[in-house]
Amino acid sequence: MSRVQYSAAEMLACLAARQMKGRTTVFIGTGVPMLAAALAKRLYAPELLPVFEFGGIGSTLDRLPLGVGESRTFDRAFAALGLCDVMETAQRGLIEEGFLGGAQIDPFGNLNTTAIGRYRRPSVRLPGSGGGNEVASLCWSTIILMRHERKRFVPRVDFLTSPGYLGGPHGRRRAGLPEDTGPRLVITDLCFFDFEPNSKRLRLAALNPGVGVEDVERETGFPFCVAARLARNAPPTPRELRLLRRQIDPGGVFRR
Amino acid sequence: MAAPLLQPPDIEGFRRWLRRHKNRDLTPKLMTEREAVRRFVRDGDYVGFELYGTVRCPLSVVREIVRQGKKRLRLAGQGLIDVDLLVAAGLVEAMDLTYVGYEAYGLSAVLRRACEAGGLRLAEWSNGALAWRMKAAAMGVPFLPARSMLGTDTFRRSAAKRIRDPFTGMTLAALPALILDCGVVHVHRADVYGNCQLDGITGFALEMARASKRLIISAEEIVDTDEIRRKPEKTAIPFYLVDAVVHAPFGSHPGETCYLYERDEPHIRDYLKAAATEEGMKSYLKRWIHSARDHRDYLKMVGRERLERLRTKR
Repeated sequence: MSRVQYSAAEMLACLAARQMKGRTTVFIGTGVPMLAAALAKRLYAPELLPVFEFGGIGSTLDRLPLGVGESRTFDRAFAALGLCDVMETAQRGLIEEGFLGGAQIDPFGNLNTTAIGRYRRPSVRLPGSGGGNEVASLCWSTIILMRHERKRFVPRVDFLTSPGYLGGPHGRRRAGLPEDTGPRLVITDLCFFDFEPNSKRLRLAALNPGVGVEDVERETGFPFCVAARLARNAPPTPRELRLLRRQIDPGGVFRR
Repeated sequence: MAAPLLQPPDIEGFRRWLRRHKNRDLTPKLMTEREAVRRFVRDGDYVGFELYGTVRCPLSVVREIVRQGKKRLRLAGQGLIDVDLLVAAGLVEAMDLTYVGYEAYGLSAVLRRACEAGGLRLAEWSNGALAWRMKAAAMGVPFLPARSMLGTDTFRRSAAKRIRDPFTGMTLAALPALILDCGVVHVHRADVYGNCQLDGITGFALEMARASKRLIISAEEIVDTDEIRRKPEKTAIPFYLVDAVVHAPFGSHPGETCYLYERDEPHIRDYLKAAATEEGMKSYLKRWIHSARDHRDYLKMVGRERLERLRTKR
């Protein structure tokens, strides 16, 4: 097999795109999820229905959006609605899957996009929830995209911005979040984690090319269990990379 | 630990205020940014700007607020450059914050400096929650129930409360109505009375327009009322909600307004470079806001040719 070079973001985009199937409503956050949706529409799911929080429903994604409210989020779309409408559609249960990322993640898939350090005097103030909390609270399932670094995979997030399974298996129900919802997959540049059904903790499910379990352990700040049958993810194909580089994001806005 | 309500949901007061102050006669309201800001934005006001920084955002009005140095503002913080400019100018005392950042281009250095120094009073919300809070005010009710934010620190650092639904027993987040002292919305076209039509996504324009005690509209184009009447179903904001209409072509520059013009990427990149340091930000404010008398002057500084190049090709 030839060694094709690719960036971490490209790996994430390809792995996420392969998870978008058929005519599904997907809630797309800013960044790599946009790359993934654009790739999926071209290769795996031409009828995918991307939904953007400020009202864009079913953009062709011919041009890569730089933000979740931009005109590119409703390029030749089916509808250009508003923020409340999209969030209410998710709250009614019509949005199947959401894609989002974070600065920190804990063993239950809770995400921090608000602050690193103490809240009142943070060492880094991050943007805040944005629509992330609704994506994580209201979609039937979510897929989380993360750069895999030890400082990001932490036992406890400094600020719990958007809910994974909160404190464990009954966390979401106790909090009042919609039933049968929650993250189903964490995609990183090293591996896939799914969630062990009883504990709702991250479980190593698949490894990316050239990665060993010990590499994942080194970059993860908490213990995790490993699936009985560990799968192996395929690297980005030349076709995926060509599309990402030449058509979708030639300027390398999100790809680098 | 819960954050205080930065603006109490005084629904009865809002009704009385609207009855007394909203003029339901057809009165021309076309005026300059300077007059609109002088008359309708006060020190200490709770203000908000739709949609956000780089997208159909009334930045010409934001720049005028900076020029006039309105003080101790409280802010609905869903934004980018709009929030940055006001915070960097030292005009913001407190913020209901949901997202301040640059998406593809990273974090807001201005927000970082303000928060990491500990100078801003903040409450955290999600985008849906902040829009629903305006929707509650628009509906004329003191709160709306929702199923987001529950169980998180976002909730704990907000002023939302957990309630039990009396019908089903479900746990919900009660989101207090957000009544703005002054809201500002940028639209594609308006007539002199303030009948406004928007193209593309509506963001939270409809909710903000109805949740505002005073409402300033900036419009790319001022049209004849006959044009409004030809397609009344397009009117998202009727005249009786509006206090001032400002003509602001390229009003969202350096952001976009859909179908009319694209983002000015080089300007946004230069802005981000400037915003990286306090001195850089100071000189940006001086060069692009204080050195310009008004929006027309600002556009001259940007340059007609450059603006023409930004026009959407259809």
